Amino acid sequence: MELTAILNAIPWDQILIQTVNGIVTGMILALIASGLTLIFGIMDVVNFAHGELFMLGAYIGVVVLATTGNFWLALLIATLVVALLGAAIQIATLRPLLGRDPLTTILATFGVSLILQNYALWQFGPVARKIQEPFTGHFTFFYLEYPWYRIMIAGLSAAIIGGFWLFLKYGKYGIWIRATTQDRVMAQAMGIPVPLVHTAAFALGAGMAAASGVLFGPLVGVNHTMGLDWVLKAFIVVVVGGMGNLGGSIAAAIFISLLEAYASIWVSPAQAVIVSFIVLILTLLFRPTGLFVPTPK
Amino acid sequence: MTTAPLDKPMPLKRRALLSHSMVFWLGFAVVMALLIVAPLVLSEFWRRFLTEVLIWGLLAMSSDLLIGYTGMVSFGHSAFFGLGMYGAAAALLMFSPPSLWLALGFGLVASAVIALFVAYFSTRLRDIYFAITTLIFSQIFYVIIFTWTEVTGGENGLNFRRPPLAIPGLFSVPFNSETMHWFVLAVVTASYLILRRITQSPFGMVLQSIRENEPRTRAIGYPVERYKIVAVMLSGLFAGLAGVLYAIQNRFAAPDFIFFLVSGEAVIFNVMGGIGTLVGPIVGAGFFQLMRELLSRLFGDQFPYLIPLGVVFIVMIIFLPQGLLGFARRWLNR
Repeated sequence: MELTAILNAIPWDQILIQTVNGIVTGMILALIASGLTLIFGIMDVVNFAHGELFMLGAYIGVVVLATTGNFWLALLIATLVVALLGAAIQIATLRPLLGRDPLTTILATFGVSLILQNYALWQFGPVARKIQEPFTGHFTFFYLEYPWYRIMIAGLSAAIIGGFWLFLKYGKYGIWIRATTQDRVMAQAMGIPVPLVHTAAFALGAGMAAASGVLFGPLVGVNHTMGLDWVLKAFIVVVVGGMGNLGGSIAAAIFISLLEAYASIWVSPAQAVIVSFIVLILTLLFRPTGLFVPTPK
Repeated sequence: MTTAPLDKPMPLKRRALLSHSMVFWLGFAVVMALLIVAPLVLSEFWRRFLTEVLIWGLLAMSSDLLIGYTGMVSFGHSAFFGLGMYGAAAALLMFSPPSLWLALGFGLVASAVIALFVAYFSTRLRDIYFAITTLIFSQIFYVIIFTWTEVTGGENGLNFRRPPLAIPGLFSVPFNSETMHWFVLAVVTASYLILRRITQSPFGMVLQSIRENEPRTRAIGYPVERYKIVAVMLSGLFAGLAGVLYAIQNRFAAPDFIFFLVSGEAVIFNVMGGIGTLVGPIVGAGFFQLMRELLSRLFGDQFPYLIPLGVVFIVMIIFLPQGLLGFARRWLNR
């Protein structure tokens, strides 16, 4: 009697929906965070401007979609343009700071984020734009009705992350990146062009942020402040997963998104964010190196 | 942060003529005199402008205690600033007639409590982790205040009347923009003198030693964490004081001021003016606000002034990391 009362009180259908929602958001977040963690791992740069690259990707997607009408072309062009922009930002602002206190790079990328955000506000105005999703079908699974597009986002993000992982593991340039992450000086001595690798890694991370911006655009409006929320979440994910640890970031992204999705059954989504803040603080207090890495000896 | 080699001893002739402290206090007196006379000469607009620069300067100066002297970059000062505002708002709305001193007291207590809470957790971490944690804490308070509409007014914030400038039993006059300016100036000057005294005290020396070499400071036997907690608390207290002043000046409290971009601006003022100088951040705030005003006068209100200012900021980080007053850093701290 008691047990059935408790079981009936739990909103199972909502929990099911929120589980799927959480995984979909988690995959997008993982895509953003893996770029951020790559950049941190390779050059100790906490990229404050990452959310703005995500936001600019979404805006370029809006523009290309408006002119060509092709979602996939928009995705491709936004990724390439933002990757190039990322390379330019790295060369102009971060390369001169190489070897200085890592805190100066936070300040520099904070400056970049202010510039990009205000540029977007100036160029596109404060009204949110909408990206039309490329297909609008729904499918029914038991009594759950769910749009195909969201499933597609999760799949595509997983594919991009998987491809990125394979590239790091087996590609020649991926091995260069890993070598530079492990030991900058030794990699240089072995003939790896370290400054070029830094620029390429930043461009890669920027491109991934832009791609997730375009993919996520149809679910929320595109406006100039959308980057702020996401960069905060990506920071949390990267710290909880362990700085510079790709697998940990992905696990943390899904973990935190699920928690937030469940929390938003009972409180408003704005307040659900606090759950991930609390996870971050607990992680920093008890396992400062991240939840998903072995405890250092 | 690297240490510059010790200054060469000054030439004997100059030392005999004017001692360092004489020059310092002479300069201090001149600047003070200019700031005291300023509201009598300036127009209403520039009077308000100068007062706000002083308030922003106080916020930046409080975070300089952490950035410049302890070597910790805080992105959470907006929380202390904002809680100071809301503390003052609470006092001004609850008690009638509104009292200036109650507002100050409430604001300071609110920001001190929050600062203790934040300091306890965030000082266990260093460098970028400290920066990120303080940022996240300020966002937590932002979300709480933004969504707790019944108490905080939510997105709209709180409006209230400005309290009179009064000493109970002695006198009570309503604030006008001149007396407001003088009051702010007095508070900021007192804060500067207190902070200067703190940074030159043995306590301040330990903070600077933490900045230069934390493991060694710990090895000597100083309880580094406790020093850091006190540093964050002191810094938060002065940031809260700036918040109270801002609330009284503008007669409202709004959640926008807890958003971390305000902390970012405080850091920008520091870097522009010169960290580790205490007066540098005020100069930085003045420089920033002046450029902003200039740009919006030249190109209109809609001009995104943060784009050119962001470029200036990045260029300064790369080529002038010591800031505008960096050349005088050692001299000002002597």
